[in-house]
Amino acid sequence: MPRLLTGNRLETGDVLWWTGSDWSPLIRDAVAIGDEGEALLAQLIAAERINDPALIDVTGEPGNWLPTTTRERVRASGPSVRADLARGSLSTDII
Amino acid sequence: MYRYDQYDQAIVDARVAEFKDQVARRLRNEITEDQFKPLRLMNGLYLQLHAYMLRVAIPYGTLSSRQMRMLAHIARKYDRDYGHFTTRQNIQYNWIKLEQFADLLDDLSKVEMHAFQTSGNCIRNISSDQFAGAAADEVADPRPYAELLRQWSTLHPEFSFLPRKFKIAVIGSDTDRAAIQLHDIGLQLRRNDAGELGFRVYVGGGMGRTPVIGSVVRDWIPVGQFLSYCEAILRVYNRYGRRDNIYKARIKILVNELGVEEFTRQVEAEWAGLAPLGLDAPQAEYDRIIAQFAPPAFDPAAPDDLDLSDPDFAVWVKQNVHPHKAPGYAIATISLKPKRGIPGDASSAQMDAVADLAERYAHDEIRVTHSQNLVLAHVKKADLYALWQGLDAAGLATPNLDLVSDIIACPGMDYCTLANARSIPIAQKIAAKFEDLETQRDIGELKIKVSGCINGCGHHHAGHIGILGVDKKGEEAYQLLLGGSGAEDATLAKILGPGFDENGIVTAVEKLIGFYRSARSGPQERFLDTYRRLGPAPFKEAVYAG
Amino acid sequence: MLDNQDQQPVAGALAPALDDTPARLRFRDDAPFESPIAPLADFLAGGNFAAVRIDPGEDVRALLPHLGRLKLVEIAFPKFRDGRGYSSARILREAGFAGEIRAAGDVLVDQLGFMRRVGFDSFAPNRPLDPAVVAATLARYPFVYMKAADGLKPAWALRHG
Repeated sequence: MPRLLTGNRLETGDVLWWTGSDWSPLIRDAVAIGDEGEALLAQLIAAERINDPALIDVTGEPGNWLPTTTRERVRASGPSVRADLARGSLSTDII
Repeated sequence: MYRYDQYDQAIVDARVAEFKDQVARRLRNEITEDQFKPLRLMNGLYLQLHAYMLRVAIPYGTLSSRQMRMLAHIARKYDRDYGHFTTRQNIQYNWIKLEQFADLLDDLSKVEMHAFQTSGNCIRNISSDQFAGAAADEVADPRPYAELLRQWSTLHPEFSFLPRKFKIAVIGSDTDRAAIQLHDIGLQLRRNDAGELGFRVYVGGGMGRTPVIGSVVRDWIPVGQFLSYCEAILRVYNRYGRRDNIYKARIKILVNELGVEEFTRQVEAEWAGLAPLGLDAPQAEYDRIIAQFAPPAFDPAAPDDLDLSDPDFAVWVKQNVHPHKAPGYAIATISLKPKRGIPGDASSAQMDAVADLAERYAHDEIRVTHSQNLVLAHVKKADLYALWQGLDAAGLATPNLDLVSDIIACPGMDYCTLANARSIPIAQKIAAKFEDLETQRDIGELKIKVSGCINGCGHHHAGHIGILGVDKKGEEAYQLLLGGSGAEDATLAKILGPGFDENGIVTAVEKLIGFYRSARSGPQERFLDTYRRLGPAPFKEAVYAG
Repeated sequence: MLDNQDQQPVAGALAPALDDTPARLRFRDDAPFESPIAPLADFLAGGNFAAVRIDPGEDVRALLPHLGRLKLVEIAFPKFRDGRGYSSARILREAGFAGEIRAAGDVLVDQLGFMRRVGFDSFAPNRPLDPAVVAATLARYPFVYMKAADGLKPAWALRHG
């Protein structure tokens, strides 16, 4: 199952996904992380700029990822009870 | 209500400056996240699913219109135009940025507000009775004592790194509207035979993974010594509370492991050493603070009768209005559980509306209840109709206090990193099944409480019907509990049987209510009383049979 | 990964090795006390020590009969979140101990204010502290709300003279 690297920006708390070269607030920009994932995580934790970095399981393909857990879907889209606050990364319909 | 003097303001200002400095050092990587986390928690800032969440303290649930307007301003300027009132009488904002936090704290400090100690392993917000100062059954207003506790517990140097969080509640009557028996320390104001004022002290109540009803550790301590007595309790806890397991770290576990007698003996021994050290504030300080809670000048000529010819108004009065100790006055509860709304949430516009109405009709004072509603405690009966119209215009006149749609729900997995399941949609689905007001009134008092995880911020153990979100192999699932109460007749809700999925739990609640209506001794018997009379067996059968 | 907030167990953390070097931060006028610091068990077993060390789980009150011969009590903080040492220090001061009380181990600059208030007057942190931040931290609060071991008058005493 593909994995994505996600975390929260220290300064703002914004949810971010790793695109391979940068952080994006949109899950569709994320790249699947391979074996380098654990080393990347260790680096991020040491650098202390991204909070709670983690590798999460997803289904789908690049540009069309869907987290496997409800929690990560909520994190990707916004509160399921406030579709108006969805950040445009993923629709709350998929929660 | 209490107004800061130069000492209070100076301490808040220093705390804000200190935290600004800590944030700056964090952003420069001079301290690690692990070191910074307890510091930011001591200022009420959590990292949640979507962003930082800030919990602003509303001491003992009392605030002025001016403060409410600032809360609205904070929602507009720093958040997304709304806030959530919590089961500990605080307010939470869900979309805060760390880099703006210093400015936010500055704004709060201008109206004597802050977010200290609303998180972390320290003494948290002191909660109290939302009818304080207005209820007829009160021995005395508990809030001056809550204010004394607030000051005593703020930046207490010995108790800032406790094994776990610590929650204190204070009430002034036999009727318990603050669930004191479910707090780490619960204090009830009473008079002894000589007519002197003191507290009955409960210790070790709590919900969460190991729900417990508090034990009486001391039947009476004079008000003049209650701070040093609390100091003794906290010291025993700080020294001997467990630190090896976060689920065994509250004081309730210590009381249980030592036994009430031994725990009490240790507290009394500690207190014997502390009592002579002059730790208690002097009478002059009590008098100073009590004077600030003097009731407003009630109009002795205020008419006591009420024109209930408007049927919608009459319904609201019947459900949401309580008697006041002064003739001609009433206590009005503002429900934050509107149809299809989110329990406890208020928009910035609604906060401003409440501020305006409180200024005009309620002597400028607003209370937050631990059921996530608001109260205007001093309203002239003659003003109730105009107040109701104002509330109605702002979507704040839902006449459902303590009815089935007045559901307490924690933010749950829609917001919170700790949650196993979402709680708000469950509350909404249940409420949607019982939208009709006639039906709700027929069902009568029914306190449903939903928590998204075992931490129990929705107080599910104190629900007549309690619902607990759990994780079942990666899926959201819900346990059903019955028979809890956070009032003076405190009981803990018990699990009824196997759990349910999202649709199943709603159906189960429907079945419970259907059975109740068929089995009650009469329309006046509450759900909780029918349950206590019949026991869980017939309810269990109604839900699980067939 | 869950952000566990304030929920982390601390008991059982390894204690730092005995520290015989003078404290890196000291708020006393007398000469630093150079001597072996005995673990509590050794001290109570009757060794001729003038300095003893208290671990978080140890009862500082065991020292109360011996305060007369103690020059230094070092209170260990293996993990900064473990706040038991704050009570230990304050208990010593309440008992009249006027010797040096040192906080050693995982001591962070943001705790110094609290530690000074409960009676610590020297510090041996695992990592050196920035003197500028130390100074700013200790000068931060013009007033306090409650009595502790430092003799500062709480706000209510200032209000009512």
